[in-house]
Amino acid sequence: MSFFTSENEEIAKEIVSRYPVSRSALIPLLHLAQEQEGWITKPAMEQIAELTNTTSVEVLGTGTFYEMFKFHPVGSYLVKVCTNISCQLLGADELLEHIKTVLDVEEGEITEDGLFTFEEAECVAACTEAPCFTVNYRYFHRATKELFDEVIVDLKAGESPLSKGAADDQGAMPKHGTLSRVRQQIPKSRCAGIKHPDESKSPPKWIKEGV
Amino acid sequence: MKESSLQDGYIEHAPGFVQNKGPKLVTSRFEHKDSFTLEKYLSTGGYKGLQSSLGRSPSQVHDEVREATLLGRGGAGFPAGIKWGFPPEGVWPRYLVVNGDESEIGTYKDRLLMERDPHQLIEGVLIACYALGLSQAFLYVRGEMALAQERIAIALDEAYKAGYIGKNILGSEFSVDVVMHWGAGAYIVGEETALIESLEGKRGMPRLKPPYFPAAIGLYGKPTIVNNVETLSNLPWILNNGASEYRKFGSEASPGTRMFAISGHVNRPGVYEVEHGVTTFRELFYGDNFCRGIRDDNELKMFIPGGGSAPWFFQEQLDLPLEASDVGAAGSMLGSGAIVVMDETTDAVKACLSVVRFFARESCGKCSPCREGTTWEEKILQRILNGDGRPSDIDLLLDVGDNISPGPYPVAAFSDEGLDAVPFPPRQTTICPLGPSSVAPIVSAIRRFRHEFDSLITKSDPIPLTLSVEEVVT
Repeated sequence: MSFFTSENEEIAKEIVSRYPVSRSALIPLLHLAQEQEGWITKPAMEQIAELTNTTSVEVLGTGTFYEMFKFHPVGSYLVKVCTNISCQLLGADELLEHIKTVLDVEEGEITEDGLFTFEEAECVAACTEAPCFTVNYRYFHRATKELFDEVIVDLKAGESPLSKGAADDQGAMPKHGTLSRVRQQIPKSRCAGIKHPDESKSPPKWIKEGV
Repeated sequence: MKESSLQDGYIEHAPGFVQNKGPKLVTSRFEHKDSFTLEKYLSTGGYKGLQSSLGRSPSQVHDEVREATLLGRGGAGFPAGIKWGFPPEGVWPRYLVVNGDESEIGTYKDRLLMERDPHQLIEGVLIACYALGLSQAFLYVRGEMALAQERIAIALDEAYKAGYIGKNILGSEFSVDVVMHWGAGAYIVGEETALIESLEGKRGMPRLKPPYFPAAIGLYGKPTIVNNVETLSNLPWILNNGASEYRKFGSEASPGTRMFAISGHVNRPGVYEVEHGVTTFRELFYGDNFCRGIRDDNELKMFIPGGGSAPWFFQEQLDLPLEASDVGAAGSMLGSGAIVVMDETTDAVKACLSVVRFFARESCGKCSPCREGTTWEEKILQRILNGDGRPSDIDLLLDVGDNISPGPYPVAAFSDEGLDAVPFPPRQTTICPLGPSSVAPIVSAIRRFRHEFDSLITKSDPIPLTLSVEEVVT
């Protein structure tokens, strides 16, 4: 019984092939699983273990270290509010209180309509645009309570709120689990050749013989 | 944000970045809306540094970088050219890992460089790989930076198709694969050995140095160069213009420019490209070319000069230049180029807790002094703020800190008592500097604003420490 859809299984194998050692693909594959299901399930970990020559316990062990991986369902839209120093100085605590009141759930819980989960975040690297929150890792700068309310209205109506977010990032708002909306694709004809470290113990050609 | 609401200097398509007067070595393309495309990159001199590198021998390229004295921009400030010389002779393959796991409090220059000019970074990666004979490069982007991942993925695809990456680059023997890798939310992975663990598919916990210096025993046990995004983004400029031109900017000890993110209570917060060693903090906070003063004309209370790990600075350090050695001698560091400015309305205890809580949450748990210590620091600070503080808590905080970082802690706060500051960095009982970093805000805040702690504790009504036997049994 495989967890990945046949399309995603192909993508998974492609990702594994980019690394000299297959275990390196573990985190990218956990992301792929989360993209497919919204969170990390047991069957997902079992198949990732097969693909990366590890055990499902090792997959769990690695996965639980990283806070972006969810081992329980979360809402379609994960709201993260930065409350670290730069944001706190400019009103993040009030914003967090507002978000709690509007969504009417505790941190980590899912709203009744299944749409939202919020978390307090550590620095999200937008400190000069404080206070800041992200939805599925898309930025909303210099946030006010009103901005948050507008974003929620858009998402409930099935519309993308990104036009209200960072001016650089437009388009559709992906569901939780999808980070980059595009994937790197290395054309086979252009690939220099990825080898296991034990198979390439001599210096590369241009070092030995010049270009 | 609407255009009309933008202050001058800001660019709508690059939120946070402020264009000011001064040399632009790494942010020259930020003004273009499509700066991240291959087309724009090529029309603005892109990939010429790579071409010029391929016309020289790898060791000549290495020499150029060494002569430029390109200092690492990740925090430690170690010269890249020297770091590049560390791999032991005759051991192959060697790898490049690009550290784009930017998560330090207040820091965000790498995110902008990855989002706005991914090709510049890729060209830097290629130059490094050519000079050092590296057979594969991994671009480790912080998990939360979805847009940066998109821009890099597209740029890599474009560069592969155009023949800049992959087999026989630009018709030469130089061949290298560049793979984008991405994390999943862990600050500690910014530490280079933890980054390598994470890239090997493991929990991101730092390795012990020695023996695990990445340049000797790194990824898959092979020599590995770990360079920061901003460091590598400087390479195309250096190879295009030469080391001697590069050294004309900045100071003798730290040539070139640096990106600083100035956040907090200033009138024009933003990410600025600033010449090393020339500008002072005062100019940066109050100058018309930079942040244009503190909000509401308030007094400056304190500022963090180099990320959450850095001891705080105060009014008397305002005239220090942005130069690593001066800042180090004054008892702090420029670190990751993150400056957080706090005005007189700031609650020092609360600010301290905010920074300490970050380290407590991000401790990986490998070393006991950090795992237990940072958590206790957070708990004690929280109870002081909650009005449950005890008179012994200040000493307890310092004692816990002393267990993570023994001996006198280097802080600029000492200088108001006429004591010489102890130069950075501090000592540590841990494998990596995360734990000791949590001590910086505590010692800074207690040394300078002890009265704020005292007044909270005096008003406190703490829960009694002792329980009767009956209470414990039931």
